[in-house]
Amino acid sequence: MKELSLNILDVAKNSVKAGAKNVGISIAETDDTLTVTISDDGCGMTPEFLQNVTDPFCTTRTTRPVGLGIPLLKLEAEQTGGSLSIESRHESTHPIDHGTVTSATFYKNHIDMTPLGDVCGSVVTLIQGSPDIDFHYTHTAPGLDVSLDTKEMREVLGEDVPLDLPDVLVWIEENLKEQYRAGGRFGQ
Amino acid sequence: MKSLAELAAIREKMKNRVVLREGQGDIRVVVGMATCGIAAGARPVLSAFVEGVANEGLSDKVTVTQTGCIGICQYEPVVEVFESGKEKVTYVKMTAEKAKEVIEKHLKGGSPVAEYTIGSNQ
Repeated sequence: MKELSLNILDVAKNSVKAGAKNVGISIAETDDTLTVTISDDGCGMTPEFLQNVTDPFCTTRTTRPVGLGIPLLKLEAEQTGGSLSIESRHESTHPIDHGTVTSATFYKNHIDMTPLGDVCGSVVTLIQGSPDIDFHYTHTAPGLDVSLDTKEMREVLGEDVPLDLPDVLVWIEENLKEQYRAGGRFGQ
Repeated sequence: MKSLAELAAIREKMKNRVVLREGQGDIRVVVGMATCGIAAGARPVLSAFVEGVANEGLSDKVTVTQTGCIGICQYEPVVEVFESGKEKVTYVKMTAEKAKEVIEKHLKGGSPVAEYTIGSNQ
């Protein structure tokens, strides 16, 4: 992947596919690390599936027996000296508190660090693709505090205005960009 | 700052309009957004369709949706256009630029852009 934001989009789509109603995406930076965490209340994975999930030949897709989303994220984290961890509780054993938390830590000053790229674009794309799911996005770094919660947006918009309405998608993108600019980041 | 007040304004604006939900338009544009599509550059293609359809005032008849892996990963980004009563058109190796052309000629003009379809790329 050319941008970490594309990995985030890709892995968050696993949460959508797992039937999640709530998906949390957080990016937390320190001076030398960047941690991406994607958490959901989807169906979760069985311990057997979880054990194999970083294997490129493990997938839920039916079109071909290859699944590269998680392996790519793992590779990108490890090539900076970082790591990937996944915790999951399957609905068969955890009927109430099921879900998955995928977390990848990167050493962002490493020469092989994948640039973060257009995270605003990824958040907008996720919401456009699944307007009925609630997304909670946060990005914190020294001097930066960005957040977007679709639950808050729904409270204002009411039930009749869907989140994938073009005007709303434009608002989301502009809102995020302004928060990034306020934190001194112009590239996002 | 884009405030929640502006969201409320959007709500107010939409009050007297019927909001089309997914799948109600005559034309459906489906963008492949699995790992293969995303890695090949599907995100800007999707954005171009979403923005283009809104800006050209096509929202009433065109809906843009995402799907998983279509199974022809080597041709990603893949975009399928479904129109009732017509054969499906499959565009391959798409870019945001090509998307703009498809919006203009196909979605607005009614004639598919043959050179970007899978038939011309095999």
